Amino acid sequence: MDNAVTAKKKWWNGGHSPFSVSYGKLMMWYFLISDAFTFGALLIAYGTQRFMAEAWPDPNVVFHSFPFMGHANLPLVFVSLMTFILIMSSVTMVLAVNAGHYMDRKSVIKWLSLTIVGGIMFLGCQAWEWTHLHEVGAWWGRNPFLNADGSAPLSTNFTDFFFTITGFHGLHVTSGVVLNIIVLANVIKGTYEHRGHYEMVEKVGLYWHFVDLVWVFVFTCFYLL
Amino acid sequence: MAHTSNANDRQASIKSIWKTFWILLIVTMVEVGLAFLHLYTGFPGKLLLNSIFIGLTIVKAFFIVAEFMHLGHEVRNLIMTILFPLLLFVWFIVAFLADGDSWKNMRKDLAPGTPVKKEAPAHAPAHH
Repeated sequence: MDNAVTAKKKWWNGGHSPFSVSYGKLMMWYFLISDAFTFGALLIAYGTQRFMAEAWPDPNVVFHSFPFMGHANLPLVFVSLMTFILIMSSVTMVLAVNAGHYMDRKSVIKWLSLTIVGGIMFLGCQAWEWTHLHEVGAWWGRNPFLNADGSAPLSTNFTDFFFTITGFHGLHVTSGVVLNIIVLANVIKGTYEHRGHYEMVEKVGLYWHFVDLVWVFVFTCFYLL
Repeated sequence: MAHTSNANDRQASIKSIWKTFWILLIVTMVEVGLAFLHLYTGFPGKLLLNSIFIGLTIVKAFFIVAEFMHLGHEVRNLIMTILFPLLLFVWFIVAFLADGDSWKNMRKDLAPGTPVKKEAPAHAPAHH
């Protein structure tokens, strides 16, 4: 297939891929678009409820704890650490994809392993955060947090949406880690070396970056706004 | 796939990956910094602050999609195919948030005892 980009190329006249990308990668992109709408729907539903409510908890008061720091008031610090971990694991993933382009198996193994470690660390942080919130009385259907204006909670919308959306995102991280482990096993076995390309690493890479992308929005919607 | 095994090429691409990482990290640090600034001084105001947060979120999303997901280096056909459907979000966000706001106002205005009976505007001059 001739996929060279030239000035007068007729993209839709046949004879080559109009997207200049493999079938598998294109389908991953289509899946990610649909997943983006799923997360978008959840976040917009959250926004609608928040606009509908006359009062809402202050995230800086709700999310102020850090492991082993007792009752120290540290708003945003822990979630910033989680964000850093996820961005870092996105970087190691893109480095693994890059090493795959050059058929550098050793580097792919190194970077992909670090990506998996980052994903597991993120999940560990989330598990701690959920446990902590559960201990202070928050769960689906239970909202112990006073509103920002000091009034008593009007509904459980805040905790319901928080656990549903971060839980759905955590589920994506979990399946991403599983996919990464499967691909890593194949890299170690030499499957892609034998196949002649590391495109599978690119595909799980796209998924992994998408998970990072969703977190960027979750971080803004729940912790900053 | 079309990459040739060229050590210089590889160095350059790795450099641009780390550049993107620093951009994302610095933008996140600016966000957290502004949140703390607001917490301790009340500046910038909530509306301005939230606008900045949403703007910076879109900046981060752009770099993740364009660089990490490599979309910025794909052909135009693919970029448009992926970004065009996302325009639906513009309507989606505006319509639903406006709806939520309208519900809040209706509940407030139509709650028992409201609206407070107004005096009949007997001689209210019509000035619109």
